[in-house]
Amino acid sequence: MIDPALTLLSLADAVPAGVQGLANADPAGLLPARQQMALSLGWHIILACFGVAFPAMIFAMHLIGIRRNDPDALLLARKWAKVSAVLFAIGAVSGTVLSFEMGLLWPGLMGTYGDVLGLPFAFEGLAFFVEAIFLGIYLYGWDRMPPKQHLMMVLPMAITGVVGTFCVIAVNAWMNAPVGFDLVDGEVTNVDPWAVLLNPDAFWQFLHMWVAAYMVAGFTIASVYAVGMLRGRRDRAHRLGFTLAFAFASGSAVVQPVVGHLLGSRIAETQPAKLAAFELATETESPSPLRLGGILVDGEVRWSIDIPYLGSLIARNSFSKPVEGLASFPVEDRPPVNITHLAFQSMVGIGTLLAVAAVVFWVARWRGRDLLERRWFLRFASLAGVLAILAMEAGWIATEVGRQPWIVYGLMRTPEAAGENSGLWWLLGATAAVYAAMTAGAVIVLRSMARRWRSGEVDLPSPYGPQAQRPHEGVRR
Amino acid sequence: MSLAVVVAAALFVGVIAYALFGGADFGAGFYDLTAGGSARGAELRTLVDHSIGPVWEANHVWLIYVLVTWWTAFPESFAAAMSTLILPMLLALLGIVLRGASFAFRKYAATLGQARVFGVVFAISSVITPFFFGTVAGAIASGRVPATGRGDLWTSWINPTSIFGGVIAVGTCAVLAGTFLCADARRAGQDRLTEELRRRTLAVAVVTGAVVFAALVPLEQDAPTLATGLQGRAAPLVAVSAIGGVATVVLIATRRFATARLTAVVAVASVVSGWGVGQYPWLLVDEVTITEAAGAPATLRALLVAAGLAALLVLPALGYLYKLTQSESWSR
Repeated sequence: MIDPALTLLSLADAVPAGVQGLANADPAGLLPARQQMALSLGWHIILACFGVAFPAMIFAMHLIGIRRNDPDALLLARKWAKVSAVLFAIGAVSGTVLSFEMGLLWPGLMGTYGDVLGLPFAFEGLAFFVEAIFLGIYLYGWDRMPPKQHLMMVLPMAITGVVGTFCVIAVNAWMNAPVGFDLVDGEVTNVDPWAVLLNPDAFWQFLHMWVAAYMVAGFTIASVYAVGMLRGRRDRAHRLGFTLAFAFASGSAVVQPVVGHLLGSRIAETQPAKLAAFELATETESPSPLRLGGILVDGEVRWSIDIPYLGSLIARNSFSKPVEGLASFPVEDRPPVNITHLAFQSMVGIGTLLAVAAVVFWVARWRGRDLLERRWFLRFASLAGVLAILAMEAGWIATEVGRQPWIVYGLMRTPEAAGENSGLWWLLGATAAVYAAMTAGAVIVLRSMARRWRSGEVDLPSPYGPQAQRPHEGVRR
Repeated sequence: MSLAVVVAAALFVGVIAYALFGGADFGAGFYDLTAGGSARGAELRTLVDHSIGPVWEANHVWLIYVLVTWWTAFPESFAAAMSTLILPMLLALLGIVLRGASFAFRKYAATLGQARVFGVVFAISSVITPFFFGTVAGAIASGRVPATGRGDLWTSWINPTSIFGGVIAVGTCAVLAGTFLCADARRAGQDRLTEELRRRTLAVAVVTGAVVFAALVPLEQDAPTLATGLQGRAAPLVAVSAIGGVATVVLIATRRFATARLTAVVAVASVVSGWGVGQYPWLLVDEVTITEAAGAPATLRALLVAAGLAALLVLPALGYLYKLTQSESWSR
């Protein structure tokens, strides 16, 4: 998994803030809280993608199975449902961790703004409730409900995944562009929680994440079947599993650049310092170039490839409008530039690559050439899942680090939200150990499921049967 | 009743629901833990798997509901409780993570050896999680969580009220789970298992009942505000819990498990409500009242809309899930 990489990245982000903090005496809980949040959110978000996107894919597979009376599709849907049971379980508990962390790590944020930002979380909780209920019904409904009624149990899950994503993202969008309250003499008044839930930035940000979830889940599942085909398992089920997952992923990957562009074009207004970091714009230039790669060393941009005009064109939809440079912002209001810039461009680069790959695959197929017969394509496809995850994590790093030094943009600095608890370092260590163990457990169990399926088992029986099983019952599901 | 109190009541409904349904899932871990070796305990562990498998994630969401409502409606008290009670909160959280993950892993484990490792983690974390939540309740009820600043990291939750709270939480979870498992085993026609569970549930119920009423004595000293409330406003609830507890024991002893589920739910719900009503109008006892702790009125009203929607959307779905899992065809 990517935890260590992510932790390293977020560590790199935090170092400048930490060094800077020595002078300002940052609270003792700040740095560990940042690392803790990066680890637990970066881990959970992968599973959240499956929670959002997997039900729709299972629904499609199950529907194909029922409509075409296709035993391969039905079997795949059944297997995917079992996999989702494992993924959703660890997703549910790692999501709970985040609920606790809101108060444990960021008492300043929750104490001050808890009643402003809480309502979307309440609706998210509601959505998750419905999802968890129908997950239980669907998973245990195999062979216990009429097939069509059983299939319908997936639909609420697919819908609540959308609602839940919107609600959580609404809070994040609010942190980027706070609305729904007034500050009078430092006191929060005139709270309007509905304005937070329906804040203007939420929609595009939601769409970006929702589409990303389909990319992550779709490409990851497709990767699994690509690896299988590389190893010579070229049965129909492998092709079907790959094609359906890759179709979902492809549609999303092609739409994503458009969504990302529309979301990004708002940033010049709402968070100009973040945009400056994304684009590595030190000075305000008109027109602004697009700066590929490069890092900032002692205030100088090094090793970048500049393409004239393109920066203005992409970020501002104009040939002349400038990207406001970092020089326009006081030093204490600038985000860590390098990590924001590199994370942003990694996301864009990988996302573009995946979109191109998707187009190539379907165009080739349309022209009668099946790239699944080509090993180079399968090799690429087997990496696509990891790439999609990397792109999503890079995107989160870009937007979160790019918002610094603010936790509530323009109003509350991240150090103000943290507590004085230096003991949080212990928590971070323990969390890293528990998450590593949980990752290992999931990998062991999922691999063993795949192994048993390959060897022809269909229903994976309880490990506590049948040798000491209920005598009257026979073979158990 | 003020808006804040209505929202606090909605929050507390979530606490009760979590104690009952989340509690029954945790309690199942107690029987799993004490089921014996892998051959002897296989039947019981399979029943536990089958019994809580479809419902535990849904039941778990009550906790999310409670946390979200708490921080949204009463933000400063949430930050205060999380700050003082960081240790039991984190230990409970650890239990939640390990329970959920290892339960799912055990179900699909390839070998008995793996299943035993996951199973031990599942069972132990199922038992410790309610204990730490119980100590949190005890800390709040005995006035050890200051509204501002940070209370003692250790004595805030290692004290007579908290320890009794923890033990009672573990006990009530086990009673609920035992009663439900008895009914499930009976419905699946597993007579030997039903008898074994019946004996153990009876023992747990008697011990838990004794602890609940024994706790009333040290509470006088250790949590006077709560004790006064329990003897006054909450006295009827204490009486109901006593009646419900005795009825449960009698019903289990006479093998009427389906009805025993109802009385067990009533008994536990009234113990938990007794705590809430007993400490009313305090949110953090002796520190801050519900009204004082409330956040913005617009947010409270919006939360009531969310709670109303939950009642409309979630409860019917939850009822459907329970109806299915308790039906004859799902018990096989």
